[in-house]
Formats: sequence, C-alpha cells, structure tokens
Amino acid sequence: MAEPTTAGPAALRRSPLAHLEERLRAATVTGPRGVSLAEWPFLTMVSLRVDPSSDAAARIEKTLSAALPRHCGETAAAGPHTVLWLGPDEWLVVSQAESPSLTAELTEALGGDPGSVVDVSANRTILELSGPVAREVLEKGCALDLHPRAFGPGRAVSTQVGPVPVILWQTDEAPSYRLFPRSSFADYLARWLLDAIDEYARPEVT
Amino acid sequence: MLLINCPWCGPRDETEYHYGGQAHVPYPGNPADLDDRQWAEYVFYRDNTKGPYAERWMHSTGCRRWFNVLRDTVTNEMLAAYRLDDPRPEPHNVATPAGGPR
Repeated sequence: MAEPTTAGPAALRRSPLAHLEERLRAATVTGPRGVSLAEWPFLTMVSLRVDPSSDAAARIEKTLSAALPRHCGETAAAGPHTVLWLGPDEWLVVSQAESPSLTAELTEALGGDPGSVVDVSANRTILELSGPVAREVLEKGCALDLHPRAFGPGRAVSTQVGPVPVILWQTDEAPSYRLFPRSSFADYLARWLLDAIDEYARPEVT
Repeated sequence: MLLINCPWCGPRDETEYHYGGQAHVPYPGNPADLDDRQWAEYVFYRDNTKGPYAERWMHSTGCRRWFNVLRDTVTNEMLAAYRLDDPRPEPHNVATPAGGPR
C-alpha cells in the first residue's frame, strides 16, 4: 500500500469506500467459515496500451523488469509492480510506487511510438476479500470457474461480480481475491459483498 | 444464457458481451456515388437468415475487443468465433461448437 502522505493534495483525498470502513471491518468472520473484506485505497494504477511486438513494448518491459503477459488471465509481478493482462494490447500496471514517477518512466519508455500510458489510479478502488469461504462468496455472483483447477494465485481477469464489472485478481491460496470496481460502483459492490458474507457470521443452516 | 467463446478470453456468459449486428457488411467503395436508396440499404437493411448467421459481438466487460461469431439462428448454437480479420468459416467445416459443450 502506498505510504500515507501528510501534506499536499494527497492528504485531502478520500477513498470511495471511506464511509464503509467500519462496516467492512465489523463484517469480518473468523474460524473455518472465515472471511474478511477490506479496502486497499490509493494504489497506483497505470493503463498501458502498446503493440506487444513493438520495440516500445520491449523498452517498457525493460523499465518494469517484467515481461508483459500475452494471454488472458496472466499477470507478471516484478518488485512493487504487477502487470495485469486486460486485452491483447492493453495492460494495467498496479504498483506500490508513486504514480507520477512510474507514469513518467513508462511514458519515457514508450517514447513517440504508438500507444498510451495513462495514470488511472483514481478510476478504480480495490476491495480485498480473503478467507476460507472467499471463493464461495464470490461464486454467489460470478459465473467464472474459480475452482483451483481453473483459477489460482496470480490469475487476473476482467469479469462481473453480481452486476458490477470488475477486474478479479487472486493473490494467494487463502484464498485472497482483489476486486477492482470502478469508483462509482465501489459502494454498491461493497454492500453486495457485505450482504453475501452476512450468512457466514451465523450458525450454518444444514 | 448463451455461452460465447471470446477469441482472446475464452468462454464467458452472454451478459459480458455487447451485440453488434450483422458481420461482413462492407463500407461502400465510393460513398459519394450512392443515392438515398443505396445508403438506406447500406445503413438499415440486414439479412434475416434462418440458420448460420455471422454477427459481431464485443466483449465489453472483458478484453473490450470486437470479434465475429457464427450463430445458428434456429438452435442458438454458437458454431464458431473468429477475429475480425479472419474470413467467415463455412458452417460445414465447423466440427464442434467453439464454445465447447454446455
């Protein structure tokens, strides 16, 4: 997570789910049916579009010290950056580095070649859903096959959870998932998930 | 619910896609020469095929790419999915549905 900044515009920013922080924390369930939900606000995200066979793509790969993933679902991690595949010529760089410097580095690597590097950090926020029943919770509203035989740590896809378009990224085998809804959908998605995990706080109905 | 096989992302639910109408409708070669009737036919007139029909789809909540699908309008079976620059596959050459078994 980006270091909290105490001065400048960064101190004034408000995350899309700041008003739900308490409720997300209170919804945590522990034990074998455990699940927790939290927001990871203000992570740096850079939208990257470039022809993967071009010299510019090679320069960008060198800057990131990671190969751009070439297939749906793949991610590439390198230091503070993770590159998510969004399309055949489109990626999302999620990073713990400061946005202005990362955007500037990538823009320089792209040079004058066709493509684009855009800071989209404010476009989406991140919800982390974690715990033994996290997959069960997602399966209530995601048609994708999330079973370990088809989906696992390091996989990320654009899909829908409930009616909300999200990027869904599995980060570990807990399992933990990070959901990237657009900011304006974040409140709805967080409440949808709160409702979905409500049953796990109660005795199991058999 | 249709299961549509995106050429880049694989099989996904129909709700992730946006429909784009008939495929392979070429833009007029010399549009300035067209009269109103010909324009109307280019813009509005589409086939109403019974059987295999080539149509455009866009994977709007996935990779956001346009591609073509060959769909049987009688059975709703997805016979093939192919990229925009690929030629239309012949229905009799399509052995198994591209979306795989349902």
